[in-house]
Amino acid sequence: MLRIDCPCCGVRDHSEFRYGGDATVERPAHDNPDLDAWYRYVYLRANPKGLHREYWQHVLGCRQWLVVERDTVTHSIHSVSFSRRQRA
Amino acid sequence: MSRYSVFSLLRHAATGNRGWQRAWRAATPKASYDVVIIGGGGHGLATAFYLAENHGIRNVAVLEKGYIGGGNVGRNTTVIRSNYLLDGNTQFYEFSMKLWEGMSAALNFNVMFSQRGQLVTAHSADQLDTFSHRANVMRSNGIDAEILDRDAVRKLVPYLDFSDTARFPIHGAIFQGRAGTARHDAVAWGYARAASGHGVDIIEGCEVTDFVRQDDRIVGVETTRGRIGAGRVGLAVAGHTSVLAQKAGLELPIESHLLQAFVTEPVKPLVDHVVAYGADHFYLSQSDKGGLVFGGNLDGYNSYSQRGNTGVLREVCEAAIALMPNISRLRLLRHWGGIMDMTPDASPIISLTPVDGLYLNGGWCYGGFKATPASGWCFAEMLATGETPALIRGYGLGRFRSGHMIDEAGAGPFAWLQ
Repeated sequence: MLRIDCPCCGVRDHSEFRYGGDATVERPAHDNPDLDAWYRYVYLRANPKGLHREYWQHVLGCRQWLVVERDTVTHSIHSVSFSRRQRA
Repeated sequence: MSRYSVFSLLRHAATGNRGWQRAWRAATPKASYDVVIIGGGGHGLATAFYLAENHGIRNVAVLEKGYIGGGNVGRNTTVIRSNYLLDGNTQFYEFSMKLWEGMSAALNFNVMFSQRGQLVTAHSADQLDTFSHRANVMRSNGIDAEILDRDAVRKLVPYLDFSDTARFPIHGAIFQGRAGTARHDAVAWGYARAASGHGVDIIEGCEVTDFVRQDDRIVGVETTRGRIGAGRVGLAVAGHTSVLAQKAGLELPIESHLLQAFVTEPVKPLVDHVVAYGADHFYLSQSDKGGLVFGGNLDGYNSYSQRGNTGVLREVCEAAIALMPNISRLRLLRHWGGIMDMTPDASPIISLTPVDGLYLNGGWCYGGFKATPASGWCFAEMLATGETPALIRGYGLGRFRSGHMIDEAGAGPFAWLQ
């Protein structure tokens, strides 16, 4: 079980969370007509072997969306923060 | 290379089994090859074999960073079936099934292909309707498929939960009699031996660290055993496709995820078929040793760890017991994990790439094992001719941009949702 240190609720099992995928992908502006930008946003992923910035939502807790930095080989978690701060 | 036969068995038995030769040569890398295949899994080895067998290209190396049979070819649950609905998949997997049927003879290696039949349970009239649709598509493509009602399912697999308290009562099933299992490591060994017999160099313990470029073209690879030149490079490293593609400057619509498999302690013959649960993600078969081999969902987050999480173990066992309460007291012997390339439409990628000299075979999601022979057959043709064979036109990289996806799993455009 991964243990995620939720900044709101403390350390919890990852089964309380919903995975939200790669957090480094930038959504193009809504009126951006560039097909390539949307293709990159929807499909292409860096898929790193090592440190990965990813979304998790604490659905069975505070329901906050978090950004977690996790190593995809060792599963060690390097940082957890609210995703809304990242976006500001 | 001496042929295996009943006579060679008897001869070696009479001489105390001391004279068996290595199944394939332990090759040392040459300076260059016509084709270098990265990845000595089932697909890479099959590709090398068919390059030699079908196209006469024998100056070929297969580079494997670990040992033959140590990757996903030895980690899957060995199920082989061709019950696919969507155009592109239906024909490809049936072609694969036909190759499976002749594989032991073609390789002179018993892969223990056992066509014991596979059924997927349906738990409502509507679900059985969708299965009928699938069965009709299969039949119109010349593939065997049967729709069974509840009584017929009960006759075939009486050990499932047919009680009044079943969590999801069984309504019927779709059945493919030619589906089954094979011994997965024999598949790896068989292809390795047959390819090696054709002159292919199989180089184990040789990790590719980078590509060698000349102008814009890839002309070789840097490895832990030195530089190896290549006329063409085939990438068949599903699970780690992104890692190597990145070194070639290629961005891909792939995420790596962990899929677990499980085996119980051996018991007497109980499960004669491959059974898949239509109400949850769970499927099982019984190995010749007696263990119940089963699997379920992905762990659900990006992973390269090859180690499973206990949360999924619990979920899969819950599904198992909902379908087969009689196995609730069995002890689990082992569980293990393999790394899958997950694509947005859950279909594979066998494709030419924008990088000159590099050919891609990956994105096998949870379905790579059954595709091994057809994948090798088609990828060999692609590497030999430089063009896309008709059978795999639907598996090109361009389909994500153009919208021509083969979304058999019905999953959305995010790999982590599959």
